[in-house]
Amino acid sequence: MNWGWIGSNAGLIGTRVLEHVGLSVPPIILGFLLSIPLGYAASRSKAARSVLLTLGNIAYTIPSLALLVLVPIIVGASILNPANVVIGLTVYAVALMVRASADAFSSVPRDVAGSATAVGFSPAQRFIAVELPLAGPVLLAGVRVVSVSTVSLVSVGALIGVDNLGSFFLDAFQRSFFTEAMVGIVAVLFVAAVFDVIITTVGRVLMPWNRRPSASRRTSRVLTA
Amino acid sequence: MIEFRDVTKRFPDGTLAVDDFSLVIPSRQITVLVGSSGSGKTTLMRMINRMVDATSGAVEIDGVNVSTIEPVKLRRSIGYVMQNSGLLPHRRVVDNIATVPILNGTPKAQARERALQLMDTVGLDRSLAERYPAQLSGGQQQRVGVARGLAMDPNILLMDEPFSAVDPIVRDELQQEVLRLQAELARTIVFVSHDIDEAFLLGDQVVVLERGGHIVQKGAPVDILANPATEFVATFIGADRGRRRLVVSDTARPESGDDRVLVDSGGYPVGLISARDGQLAIGSPTPKSRSVSNKTDQAGDA
Repeated sequence: MNWGWIGSNAGLIGTRVLEHVGLSVPPIILGFLLSIPLGYAASRSKAARSVLLTLGNIAYTIPSLALLVLVPIIVGASILNPANVVIGLTVYAVALMVRASADAFSSVPRDVAGSATAVGFSPAQRFIAVELPLAGPVLLAGVRVVSVSTVSLVSVGALIGVDNLGSFFLDAFQRSFFTEAMVGIVAVLFVAAVFDVIITTVGRVLMPWNRRPSASRRTSRVLTA
Repeated sequence: MIEFRDVTKRFPDGTLAVDDFSLVIPSRQITVLVGSSGSGKTTLMRMINRMVDATSGAVEIDGVNVSTIEPVKLRRSIGYVMQNSGLLPHRRVVDNIATVPILNGTPKAQARERALQLMDTVGLDRSLAERYPAQLSGGQQQRVGVARGLAMDPNILLMDEPFSAVDPIVRDELQQEVLRLQAELARTIVFVSHDIDEAFLLGDQVVVLERGGHIVQKGAPVDILANPATEFVATFIGADRGRRRLVVSDTARPESGDDRVLVDSGGYPVGLISARDGQLAIGSPTPKSRSVSNKTDQAGDA
């Protein structure tokens, strides 16, 4: 390890981290938002489910480098445009997330949704106020997977000239410089870990009913104590 | 008044759930639809708030065909209590009760204040207001369900086997609670049950249903018990097995006093009857005179 290199390149490392974060956040958010209507549709009909999940699986098997090279050709952007990476990774995020989203909406108890209808929720109100929050825990689990996957895949963007922490790997490989690769790996893990903490915290704040131990569980703990 | 006129319901898969059903459900009384599963009783109830739409025929509330009322608006005007309470697990008790008023545009603070009053009405301690449904016992959840059903102060309350999933002691308490509330509030209650004892206890009018929503017999509990219309009804209410056929036991009797023990034809003790000077007591108590405790005793379902 060349610790001196880390000290003298702290500014560059910071810049790469910020670039990495900037490239990771939009695909995670876009993937989440796009997967909601798709997952909801997939949870409503068997046909929609099999079509959407198959498409998701196919999209996810496209090699990442190939996808990142194909995106600018398809959307007509310049090859160095960071949007290429964002679009490509959004495709993966949706592909991964659509299954979690479908499962999330299928996990909403039928009788709860039915009783919401019976007391007079309109379909839109029921979706926003009942089905979406109750799908929350499974959606959250899906977003955590998408987050880790996206943060790791962003590195590939360095290969098509969009700078981020992956640029360290490329540079380290070309110069056979071990320290730089280590810095890249640790920084990517750090970004992924911070994202995960943020996502789980947001989940806990938005779904307070989910973290409370139920009365019965508490009682049984007392009884077994 | 709710009126079913020649109502038929055929589901898309071809099942004939209700076949040419007609019934008048009088206002401010409890009507119990009772029957085994598959008798169409729940389907019938769900036609009142358009959870199910009739294939033919009409369901009318005070002369207005429900099919002319927009379903969401209709449902908000009718209380609905279901098995397993159907509460929203992600909302606190007080918010569950306030749900429908808030949907209807009542200011949140006002709706919550009213919800707390309703907790008093159904015998729930206000300290439970900020809990989530999963933190309550089954009996408490059903009380919340009843409070939610009453939140819009509806004229009509639909109760779909609300107490079938709670244990017998709690069920007994909740049934008494319904009688107490009804004595106080006098709503039009349609109650679905598969339990004939529950039907006899709660119903001003009991409607015994057979497959396809065929009415085998309807009337006051005492008339059905006195004159079961068919073999099916006799079996259903237990008359054929001697469960309703009581005799004064010639062996068992209290150690002191005039009371004698009543047993059914299987020899099981079911009650006491006073027999002053050897004369069995005869009277005409009406269900209304049933002593219904106003005090809420939650010991059993806490």
